[in-house]
Amino acid sequence: MNVHQLVLIGMVALPLLVAGVLVLTRGASQPDLSGTVRWAGRLTAAAQGAGALVLLLRAVDDGPTVVQVGGWVPGVAIPLAADGFGSVVALAVAVVVLAGLVHARGTGEDRAPLLVPLVLVVQAGVNGALFTADLFNLFVFVEIMLVPSYVLLFLGRRRTHARMDAARVYVAVNLLASTIFLAGVALVYASTGTVQLGELAQLPRTPELDVAVWFLLLPMAFKCGAVPLHGWLPRSYAVAGPAVVAIFSGLLTKTGLVVLIRLDALLVPDGSAVAGVVLVVALLSASVGVLLAVGSKGMRAVLAAHMVSQVGFLLAGVGLVTTLGLAASVFFLVQYVVVKAALFMVSGAVETRYGTDELSSLGGLAHREPVLALAFALSAAALVGLPPTSGFVGKLQVLTAAVGAGAYVTVAVLVVVSLLTLTSMLKVWNGVFWGPADDAPRPLATRAAGLGAADGLGLAGPAQRDEDARESGTDRRGGGVGSRERGTRDDGQAPAAAASRATRAALVGPPLVLGVVALLLGVGAEPLLAVADQAAAGLADPGAWAAVVTGPPR
Amino acid sequence: MTTAFVVALLAGTGSYLVLHRGSVRVIVGFVLLGHAAVVLLVASAGGDRRGVPLLDQVADVPLGDPVPQAFALTAVVIAFAVTLLLLGVLRAQGAAADDDAEDAEVEEQAGADAGRVGGHGDSGEVGRDG
Repeated sequence: MNVHQLVLIGMVALPLLVAGVLVLTRGASQPDLSGTVRWAGRLTAAAQGAGALVLLLRAVDDGPTVVQVGGWVPGVAIPLAADGFGSVVALAVAVVVLAGLVHARGTGEDRAPLLVPLVLVVQAGVNGALFTADLFNLFVFVEIMLVPSYVLLFLGRRRTHARMDAARVYVAVNLLASTIFLAGVALVYASTGTVQLGELAQLPRTPELDVAVWFLLLPMAFKCGAVPLHGWLPRSYAVAGPAVVAIFSGLLTKTGLVVLIRLDALLVPDGSAVAGVVLVVALLSASVGVLLAVGSKGMRAVLAAHMVSQVGFLLAGVGLVTTLGLAASVFFLVQYVVVKAALFMVSGAVETRYGTDELSSLGGLAHREPVLALAFALSAAALVGLPPTSGFVGKLQVLTAAVGAGAYVTVAVLVVVSLLTLTSMLKVWNGVFWGPADDAPRPLATRAAGLGAADGLGLAGPAQRDEDARESGTDRRGGGVGSRERGTRDDGQAPAAAASRATRAALVGPPLVLGVVALLLGVGAEPLLAVADQAAAGLADPGAWAAVVTGPPR
Repeated sequence: MTTAFVVALLAGTGSYLVLHRGSVRVIVGFVLLGHAAVVLLVASAGGDRRGVPLLDQVADVPLGDPVPQAFALTAVVIAFAVTLLLLGVLRAQGAAADDDAEDAEVEEQAGADAGRVGGHGDSGEVGRDG
């Protein structure tokens, strides 16, 4: 077992281990243990990013890293395989998780002691789904990813009817999708006698297998929020905590897409009806999503609707069935993960500091929040596809591929959708950042002198709250008043100011960094384009991948 | 053929129940759908191969395939866990706070203010485990 194989196993095992330890030590909570938890989460995410980079470099130079887990002979073992496609997406995912965990400090969501472990488990599930070469393990990893997300959706937030309704829809839709996927796995096994993706890719096509593959693709269309299966997405993303939404946007729907792309590449033969359906769904998603966005009234609602719309661009590249189209999709996916997380973080920061994300009640924030405005401008330009951002390169790639494939209707629809995207982003810009400085609402933090807005919005976790109530020794309302008095009394000026600066940096720093990354990926797109081309070549001709996965360990 | 009918019956009944409004019917519907998938999994090994798949067993019937049985076991556990989660959500939904937008805003604002000043916040319902 060489270093790369260890890294590959660590991509799945490390976050699970750290999460387990964090959950176990949660009971013995020292007052300042939360700092340790925070840093454990950030370091783990950073380590995942480094691991993904190592695997990516190896995949570019020498081809995929494969581990036959447990040391069983190939054919019996359940392999993990890190090709360029999986590694580059895992890298983007790790960046978003790291930024999201830092951002959660700013929004105050990480006061819920379970946030960090749950996010790490989600990340382990995503990495597993990206790297596994076994259909049933894919199902299990997707479940590992989803189960913590059910909890994260309303973690530490007040349980209103709207939130619980959204949670109910979210859990029910995902349960349905998983059940269909499971039926698909059963049908694949019944028709071929194996669920190892490498072996499946090498098998001759049969009508039975083709039917089974539809059962696998449909649930993934559910999970990536493609029209007409998108109804759950704007609903559930509207209710989760701000940093959680940013992390979700980079991980959950994108995993559905990655799995869809991989299964499509491995199991769908040339000339299948799948490509046509995917292209139609892509154009529908792009159009319906952008219209939803134009009609939405809140910043976050606009962004969630755009998630549906951008799925259209990603699927369009897949539906074209050309290597160029796949390469465009891979590039678009990686930059889009970063851009969308940045946008959601800007929205989360505005929400945290001003208590609302309604466009009508905000305005003029460019004066008060120049850093946030810059982060929004960068990432919104990337979402729209303005040069020189990464979104421009991504959209140019998709359109070039579409022209190359002679799909002029696709080109027309995507260009119109881009223009409408610009409209909706301008609407957000005008509603939130533009306007005279007098229009700007006062931040919540200045209304009550003290620590930063980060501690607000009722985001603290259940355990923390119960503890608070007990400490103050009064009823729950009284607890609030009691701590207010205590807070005012103990409010040492210097430490409070320092803490406020730290939370503020945690709030606006991550979106700015991600926005700059989007800009850099646009200006210096060459390396990522090369990686995307290679990943697409591997996807378009999965023979080499299948041979490595089924063959002897390297 | 029997297996096919069982799967069809389970999937049909499950789909019918899931489309209903009542929470319990939806849950039962999902349980039935999950059963349909699991029966399908077990059947994918071939219904006629029933022998015990152990090394020393000498059976005069073809040995069963252990792989789908392992799949079924895992799938049952996962479906069970997620169904329980869904039940928990439904239960919490019954006890959820009123979502009159104004009230919620006021209450969250109160919690936020309290939290900001003292570093300790309490807006009411959140802490209670459903």
